[in-house]
Amino acid sequence: MSRYRLEVLVTPRAGLLDPQGKAVHHALNSLGWDGVSEVRIGKAIHIDVDASSEAEATEKVEAMCRKLLANPVTEDYEVSVVGTLEGAGS
Amino acid sequence: MKVAVVTFPGSNCDYDLYKAVQQVGGTPTFVWHRDRGLEGYDAVFLPGGFSYGDYLRPGAIAHLSPVMEDVIAFARSGGPVLGICNGFQVMCEAGLLPGALVRNAEIKFRSHDIFVRVERADTPFTSHYEQGQVLRIPIAHGDGNYEADEETLRRLEGENQIVFRYTDAAGEPTEASNPNGSHANIAGIVNAEGNVLGMMPHPERAMESVLGSTDGVGMFTSMLANLSGAAG
Repeated sequence: MSRYRLEVLVTPRAGLLDPQGKAVHHALNSLGWDGVSEVRIGKAIHIDVDASSEAEATEKVEAMCRKLLANPVTEDYEVSVVGTLEGAGS
Repeated sequence: MKVAVVTFPGSNCDYDLYKAVQQVGGTPTFVWHRDRGLEGYDAVFLPGGFSYGDYLRPGAIAHLSPVMEDVIAFARSGGPVLGICNGFQVMCEAGLLPGALVRNAEIKFRSHDIFVRVERADTPFTSHYEQGQVLRIPIAHGDGNYEADEETLRRLEGENQIVFRYTDAAGEPTEASNPNGSHANIAGIVNAEGNVLGMMPHPERAMESVLGSTDGVGMFTSMLANLSGAAG
């Protein structure tokens, strides 16, 4: 058993209006940054999970996404393992 | 009409709803989100507010509350369930209604009166209105932009599941009268079976002329007339 740190990136679905991203896009333009074609704002969730493998940890967190962390109607999500932690007994 | 008014941590329209039920002669009871059992109620209401501070997404945490298992079972067995504002968001998260409510298109929290047109006067929630009647009732939300995929939107229109639409005072669903960017000016929908209604505007805050409007009363008298004794 190891302890893995996973990152879930939740983003508004493509095509869905993202008013936050739009406002930040305007703000970047007004600060003088040209050539910004799009800004989309989502959230990052870090979760530490005990599991016997990266695959199992990923599977667990994907189940969490389906049940709670993302709303399939409006959001996409991506799960990745970002590290292995000390701490879980074997 | 015995009504369970479900309260979550962060609900803030629960007393308004309770009083609205009382005002028309119904019998409301608060049911805490951790309590179980909805036997003996004629209807279940989910109030507005900010359950769990809208953490993660509005309604996302509340929809996993213990009582929601009972609310879902109550709805699946045909029991009438009404969700207002945060209650509507909770229902969408729970899958009782299709779609989702996302951030208002202009990122503004909108708290003012709006007009809605009654698209369906043949539901147990709206039978005391006329189809096409325009109501003036308040909204108070930051996440009321109704989103759903194309197929769901087509089904809602095709199956006549849209109960309220934002309009101007004359009943025209214009872009300017849409306070949050909702698809097709959707303000409230009902499920295919007709027993689960979700809406963003607050009829329970339009119950007394001293507070600006009595246009919400019709919903509560409709429900009193149609739902009393439903639980047997």
